[in-house]
Amino acid sequence: MTAAVELRNATKRYGDVVAVKGANLAIQKGELFGILGPSGAGKSTVLRLLDLLDPPDEGAILVNGEEVSCRSRRADEVRERIGMILQKPVPLNRSVANNIAYSLQIRGWGEEETAKKVDEELEKYGLQERRGKNARTLSGGEMQRLSFARSTVFGPEILLLDEFSANLDPKNVALMERQISSYMQEDRSRTVVMVTHNIFQARRMCDKIALMWDGEVVEVADKSKFFEEPDDPRTAAFVKGDVVY
Amino acid sequence: MVLGFEYDVVQVTLLSLYVAGAATILGCMIGIPLGSLIGLKEFGGKGALKTITYTMYGFPPVISGLVIYYLFSRSGPFGALGVLFTPTAMILAETLLVIPLAAGITINEVSEVDKSIKDTIRALGASRRKSTLTVMREAWVGLVMAAMIGFGRCIAEVGAAYMVGGNIAGETRTLTTAIMLETRMGKFDYALGLGLVLISVALAVFFFMRLLQEKEHL
Repeated sequence: MTAAVELRNATKRYGDVVAVKGANLAIQKGELFGILGPSGAGKSTVLRLLDLLDPPDEGAILVNGEEVSCRSRRADEVRERIGMILQKPVPLNRSVANNIAYSLQIRGWGEEETAKKVDEELEKYGLQERRGKNARTLSGGEMQRLSFARSTVFGPEILLLDEFSANLDPKNVALMERQISSYMQEDRSRTVVMVTHNIFQARRMCDKIALMWDGEVVEVADKSKFFEEPDDPRTAAFVKGDVVY
Repeated sequence: MVLGFEYDVVQVTLLSLYVAGAATILGCMIGIPLGSLIGLKEFGGKGALKTITYTMYGFPPVISGLVIYYLFSRSGPFGALGVLFTPTAMILAETLLVIPLAAGITINEVSEVDKSIKDTIRALGASRRKSTLTVMREAWVGLVMAAMIGFGRCIAEVGAAYMVGGNIAGETRTLTTAIMLETRMGKFDYALGLGLVLISVALAVFFFMRLLQEKEHL
């Protein structure tokens, strides 16, 4: 089966630091895939590679079976079908409505269909009263909802989430998790890749999980196997909470 | 003749606005994209190019006038166009003064846009070209400032305008060259009056540009 997105033997260096070493990951269509690991394990770098934001120094990135070079025009086309939410969402200096509209405008949507879709999203995420306000005036929870709305408004085939709940209170975490679940239920072919260091969240949400350790992917397994009978001792230690990080 | 001047002050004021406005627009059209490229791209010699651009802030107007004079004089490469001693020549000379200002301020402003915003724009799916345009929009306040400073330099400019315009009444006489003329003739009251007109016009334009600058991004 062709993977929705795949890393083949990918290595990424930042100066002398090897952030990701020879990573192999194949994430299937319709999967909610979790990437767990301690801080500095290379999780966010993997996500940036999957989003074609940064080119690997070695290895390849494949989207729907097609190898895509990050600096190519093709990468821009492919990236139009990928949504990504960064750990710390930053609003663009414009209104809440225009922050959402931006994602559609850069994908060439017409004015009328953009306005209609933005209205639907504002309603869906409870932001209609804030529509005309500058997005920089939103609270943390509202900003995270806006961030989710603008990254999913165009219906991406692949959604990448980088520690989306790191700065949220439990109520907003639960809200975001519900939104991710309903986003996947709307279309079963959608794929979500979620980076987290929260073991409980990964257990609640993911179908399949990878553990990253010091830049390497040390284990990839279905959720039950990952938590109940992991192959790698580091996974066993991590899920038991014996890892200090 | 208006208010006792031997020429039409309204026409002189409008020409000043036209020349300074056109030079500012042209200079910004070249300088802002150039500054964005220098500010956002990584390439060898970037530091040196930035230093050269900042140094050009002090580009002497007479040199700019000299370059345009040479290019468009009868014996120059573009002499046949008959541009010398017309407002077009003045616009070109003043454009040369605006380009480094607009480019330098833009370099600074786009570089100052937070990396997290640049990352967000890319993560939302913008191509490199669209990302550059969005970063420029995020730096809007600074880019309007670049235009304001450029306009300020042009409206107050006299050396290049005199050199390539010739201060011909009804054709290339601007407020600054008229002030120079009145002062030379010993008509200090008239010169001061024109100075007040110049400052009032500049104030009105800056007021409008401040409104543009402060406009909330919605």
